[in-house]
Amino acid sequence: MKNAVGREIPDFLLVDGKEVYQGKQYMDGKYIQKVGPRTRRYETPQETKVVASLVDALKLCGARDGMTFSFHHALRNGDFVANMVMKAAIEEMGLKDLTIAATSLGDANDPIADYIEQGKVIGIQTSGIRGRMGEVVSAGKLKTPAIIRSHGGRPRAIEAGEVHIDIAFVAAPTSDCVGNCRGIGGKSNCGSLGYAITDSRFADYVVVVTDCLVDFPNFPASVEAIDVDAVVVVDSIGNPKKIASAAARISQNPRDLMMAENVAKVIASTPYFKDGFVFQTGVGGPSLAANLFLEKYMDERNIQMGLAVGGICKPMVELLKKGKVRAAVDVQDFDLDAVNSINQTPGHFEMSASQYANPANKGAFVNKLDFVVLAALEIDTDFNVNVLTGSDGVLRGAPGGHPDTAAGSKVCIIVTPLIRGRMATVCEKVVTVTTPGDCVDVLVTDYGIAVNPLRPDLVECLDKAGIPHVSIESLKDKAYSLVGRPDDLQWEDQVVAVLEARDGTILDVVRKVKPLEL
Amino acid sequence: MIKRPKPERFRLRRTMMFMNAQKPGLIKDAYIYGCDSIMLDLEDAVAENQKDAARFSLYHALTTIDYGSTEVIVRINGLDTPHWQEDIRVCVAGGADGIRIAKCESAQDVRTVEAAVEAAEKEFGVEVGRTLLMAALESPKGILNAYEICSASDRMFGVAISGGDFRKCMQTTFQPDGVDMLAARGQMLLAARAAGIQCFDTVFTDLDDDAGFEAEVRQNKAMGFDGKSLINPKQIRLVHQVFTPTEKEVRQAEKIVRAIEEQAKLGIGVFTVDGKMLDIAFVPGAKRTLKLAKACGMYEGDLV
Repeated sequence: MKNAVGREIPDFLLVDGKEVYQGKQYMDGKYIQKVGPRTRRYETPQETKVVASLVDALKLCGARDGMTFSFHHALRNGDFVANMVMKAAIEEMGLKDLTIAATSLGDANDPIADYIEQGKVIGIQTSGIRGRMGEVVSAGKLKTPAIIRSHGGRPRAIEAGEVHIDIAFVAAPTSDCVGNCRGIGGKSNCGSLGYAITDSRFADYVVVVTDCLVDFPNFPASVEAIDVDAVVVVDSIGNPKKIASAAARISQNPRDLMMAENVAKVIASTPYFKDGFVFQTGVGGPSLAANLFLEKYMDERNIQMGLAVGGICKPMVELLKKGKVRAAVDVQDFDLDAVNSINQTPGHFEMSASQYANPANKGAFVNKLDFVVLAALEIDTDFNVNVLTGSDGVLRGAPGGHPDTAAGSKVCIIVTPLIRGRMATVCEKVVTVTTPGDCVDVLVTDYGIAVNPLRPDLVECLDKAGIPHVSIESLKDKAYSLVGRPDDLQWEDQVVAVLEARDGTILDVVRKVKPLEL
Repeated sequence: MIKRPKPERFRLRRTMMFMNAQKPGLIKDAYIYGCDSIMLDLEDAVAENQKDAARFSLYHALTTIDYGSTEVIVRINGLDTPHWQEDIRVCVAGGADGIRIAKCESAQDVRTVEAAVEAAEKEFGVEVGRTLLMAALESPKGILNAYEICSASDRMFGVAISGGDFRKCMQTTFQPDGVDMLAARGQMLLAARAAGIQCFDTVFTDLDDDAGFEAEVRQNKAMGFDGKSLINPKQIRLVHQVFTPTEKEVRQAEKIVRAIEEQAKLGIGVFTVDGKMLDIAFVPGAKRTLKLAKACGMYEGDLV
């Protein structure tokens, strides 16, 4: 069945009430029946929940074949915990038919690709998939299609019981002996633990894995001891260098700077750019550099940013400290400056992924966004964005909060160079739709700006401000005139991944890539 | 093959951005940054054993990339090198808008290049006179001969000073207040204005010194330059800002032209507007402001 973004969704996926994507805010006003976890009572006072090893913790939680384990990705590419847990479960305990439900997976999780190839891991649910895992899933080696959800779609699915977590593993930079966790104060700090919060509340069992045991109570805690069954102390939960980079630097690349300046111009031309505006930007070159130019416009008009939502990194922390931003609330901290600021700098707070982006709760932070500035691997002439699959059709990306912030914000700006190497970024049809075009408002490229015709109000703003803009078709034509129109990808029938829209409907599917024949 | 329209001898040239003609990543779309002219360099940016490769790269860029309304000028190697004649043939064959003569010291240098350009135009079937010229003055001799250089050819649209070489000749270094080149800039401006051509200042090389750059650009504008050579796209914005007339200046110029025309019809020669004395001598300046404003896209009226 064809959905609202023109993608053919196979019927076998449309069971148990699953629907195809119908358009923005289709589920508004409907009801959700939340599920609760079945958790063990600990009435006898416990001195400590610390157990000797991961295997002991797995046994305590009744780990067995066919279970779903969850992980968060606050340690990003430095994470050791997901690999350690899967190794203990599969190699030491001999478990099989396991499903991984992660907030995201990256290159750090490459070793898990082996377990997929061996058939021990049969399901993957995640917001991002890269590296070898992306390759083996794209090669059709995972038994069931991977399910890709946005950062907001994931807590929605958990709360609705569409994914049931048997054991949640919380990698924690610090924990006390009963499982109160924080993202700071240890040796592998990550700042916000926002992605772990929903899992800790909805999993049947919760295991905290830390490399820094601190005195009770480790407060204020992100993940609370009341939800935790066991604490495992390991030598190291991750590589600090890859968890939080040294301060994110603003790009000096003139192309990035030019695009960033245009992003700021577009923002400043709208009526939403007023004192107290709410803003989110990515950490990519031009997105981050937009901060710099935005600050200039804020000074000129003598206004402050009311709230920065994030993903936070140094440039935003500096604005907060200078008093130009009144508050920052985030699920993730990208560099050491942000890690050392959360819950320390006045106005810098942590939030859960559900609070951040869940479309089914009673008002997530993304719904308050005036502007979000996002990147894209590809964007097509219907403004559909792909941030998941590469030009070869292989899974190598992450919707993350992209679809959530795009849908919630008043103005969603995509900033991307027109071409990357030999590939046209602006194209006829994206390989995979990860953010539907009805949520995307403005495209800023190095060759020009295009406004979604669904937003005549923004067209008027740009015209009034004298900001030149063109049709997205003309940008696509320009891109093809420079690098050519690529041949269509060749797919096999097998569906290797299902792209869920944030509301739970099906936005797209990724099929197995046909091996290249020369 | 891209056919560029016939170059305009006098057009808006606030910014001329230099780039190595051998670097495809730079030249493939340099126009996107919005500078008025780009300067594809065959001279100092290109190593001695890469001159041929740079010419090939230049030719293919000129014939396959649509630079649109951005002017495309090529800096050729000096007349004391074995490269300049072949450089000129490539520029003309590729259809460059203009050629910058490096290390120009005399009217004869201009005429030598002009003859080679004309020969190349005939060789490649290009309209004779199409290719414009500008001269770079890099030595005290060039500065002293500025007027004869500026008036040596109808193809000449402008003259520029090249700070690096000139300071070396003068045994001085960059000074924040510009005193190192004050006399040279002044002499060159006098010559250019006397000959009725445009005049451009040298590059500012410290990309981290924003305040120093702004001070120099403002001084350039105050001295009467038409524009400036640049080495990085991030310098464009400020130069355009400084060299573009303000709204207020445009409105004032419009008022002056209209008032003088109206008063002239009534037979009045001198009068006051907003407390300032005006007469016919104010018209050229006001009209120049309006022309500049029109070229910058901020004036659409019919007074110029």
